[in-house]
Amino acid sequence: MMPTKNNQASTETGPYWEQFERFAQDSRQPPWLRTVRQGGIARFAELGFPTLRDEDWRFTNVAPIARLPFKPAFAGPPEGLPAEVLTQFTFATLAGPRLVFVNGRFSAKLSSVAPGLGGVKLGSIAEELAGDSALLEPHLARYARTDDNAFAALNTAFFNDGALIIVPAGTTVAEPVQLLFISTAREPGATSHPRNLIIAEAGSRLTVVENYVRTADAPYLTNAVTELVVGDQAVVEHCKFQDESLEAFHIATLQVRLGRGANFIGHSIATGARLSRNNINTTLAAEGVECVLNGLYLTRRDQLADHHMIVDHAQPRCNSHEYYNGILEDRSKGVFHGRILVRPDAQKTDAKQTNKNLLLSESATIDTKPQLEIYADDVKCTHGATVGQLNDESVFYLRSRGIGPESARRMLIHAFAAEIIDRVRCAPVRAELDRLVWDRLEQNERIAVKS
Amino acid sequence: MTTQPILEISNLSAGVGDKKILNGITFAMRPGEVHAIMGPNGSGKSTLAAILAGREGYEVTAGEVLYQGQNLLELAPEERARAGVFLAFQYPVEIPGVNSTYFLKSAYNELRKHHGLPELDAMEFLTLVKEKMKLLDLKEDLLKRSVNEGFSGGEKKRNEIFQMAVLEPRLAILDETDSGLDIDALKIVAAGVNKLKRADNAQLVITHYQRLLNYVVPDVVHVLCDGRIVKSGGKELALELEEKGYDWIANGEALPA
Repeated sequence: MMPTKNNQASTETGPYWEQFERFAQDSRQPPWLRTVRQGGIARFAELGFPTLRDEDWRFTNVAPIARLPFKPAFAGPPEGLPAEVLTQFTFATLAGPRLVFVNGRFSAKLSSVAPGLGGVKLGSIAEELAGDSALLEPHLARYARTDDNAFAALNTAFFNDGALIIVPAGTTVAEPVQLLFISTAREPGATSHPRNLIIAEAGSRLTVVENYVRTADAPYLTNAVTELVVGDQAVVEHCKFQDESLEAFHIATLQVRLGRGANFIGHSIATGARLSRNNINTTLAAEGVECVLNGLYLTRRDQLADHHMIVDHAQPRCNSHEYYNGILEDRSKGVFHGRILVRPDAQKTDAKQTNKNLLLSESATIDTKPQLEIYADDVKCTHGATVGQLNDESVFYLRSRGIGPESARRMLIHAFAAEIIDRVRCAPVRAELDRLVWDRLEQNERIAVKS
Repeated sequence: MTTQPILEISNLSAGVGDKKILNGITFAMRPGEVHAIMGPNGSGKSTLAAILAGREGYEVTAGEVLYQGQNLLELAPEERARAGVFLAFQYPVEIPGVNSTYFLKSAYNELRKHHGLPELDAMEFLTLVKEKMKLLDLKEDLLKRSVNEGFSGGEKKRNEIFQMAVLEPRLAILDETDSGLDIDALKIVAAGVNKLKRADNAQLVITHYQRLLNYVVPDVVHVLCDGRIVKSGGKELALELEEKGYDWIANGEALPA
């Protein structure tokens, strides 16, 4: 049955209910998941799409998404892609296992998973669900909050595939694991709902690259949720790279739960999509966690890139650092919302947040909003945001060494991006991002050297 | 030609907005010479350095500055640098994300281009740079770091002189290079500056204290007060100033009758 909260929400979410009822009947799935999905669609129907009146969405208007026809990818045929297509994407030459998803569905043909990874589980959520799903039941959809996140709720209702990574305790995965999500959508409203579950058990080490790319330009929607559990003393590096079509919409939630003494660094590099929103929620659930959230958004034309972070310090003696830089051109827009929550038990918290923005045109805008909620008394919390042009003093320093103003400017813009890229620990990933960001910036005539 | 000054400042007056800072400065530096500019805070020392290097925001209201016979003030900062003018900054800027080697190689190759010479490749440049690093007793890991980022005060100052060693300027202006240095760092910096002294270049050392001049011995000392050179003399003038203080000058006692 379709509940009605109010007319507007029901009109908006009505088609989603219809699709859901079809989907729920069609798909083979364990009973526990059916309940989870029911909860998701009910929550979505209740919340409806957020509007500018929602505090968490004040600067990001998703009305264009609500207006799209809803065509979830499960309704279409699985897309066959030749293996050669992979060579065109960033990280194509990255060594290590690769799981490839086309329009949200796992492609075994395009994926490469070397055998003998020492008990590491790497595969597709859909395949796991089709078999014995006991492994998934305690984790899948248990971490990502849907109570105030309509998109995550929608994903919970509709996801049919995504990556599953389980690294057993004490195991090191030496090479980065790449999750490649390719959209081939050509029609408005085509939607995929990737759902990833990554569990790094106690004392394990893992690097994951989550890479979103496309083969065509269209106003499609990617609505992804990644749940990441970092066990006690585990060390995890997560690198999300979003390079969707400039006509497309990309909404993603990364939910991270960090165990005792865990060390986590998460990068978000956003260069694509007409509108992108990354919800990055980290829960520092035990003592002694080191958490770094590092990000870079490069926007041009009419792009909007929104990062919405929650760092939840629930336990004492944890450190969190957020470093986000944006380089904005043309009429593009950036949004940064950094919420740091220090709960009463979280004494000796050290939380830092910086958001720096470089506006390269008069019409580019940035809304940056720190939000510190501190309920413990023995803590260090700092935040800072800058918005502006290049530092005159730095430009003069370079010029005083013989470097011309155009080159100085270019050098400093690259440096602004490099500050972030340099924090990527996995060398091949860093090298690839470095090259990519350099190329993107050089494509811009405002930045490239005039010859 | 051999007697042409490297730097010739005549009646230079300048300020910021309505505020006059320099009031008719005149002196000349010939090849091989080291001059010191001493003066109390606010006397205009750093303004002079900034104007010579081409920093924006200052208005020259009178006078001229010739660099090797050429009007220096009409050149952009990078043109001055390419022509051989170097300013060692009082407060070197931290530039996160710009690799030190990349930065210095770009600067060096700009100079090479200016002189019609082929650019050095990465290997050639590294060889050159390692040689120069020994002069300043700097660790090689500095080359991998971002320009001045996270450097101590002493490292920043040494890095300035290291850049000077690589770029080999015709005219080096050292703006309070001694400030914030302990005695060991001061000796290293001074030794570096001395090794870079040649018969065909000139060094202008700007300082508040005489201390640095124990190690970098000037041929001429100019005392700057209220934007004017109130006294010039040999190196002994620095010692006299140290002993008697700037009041001695400011009160007019040192002025010729």
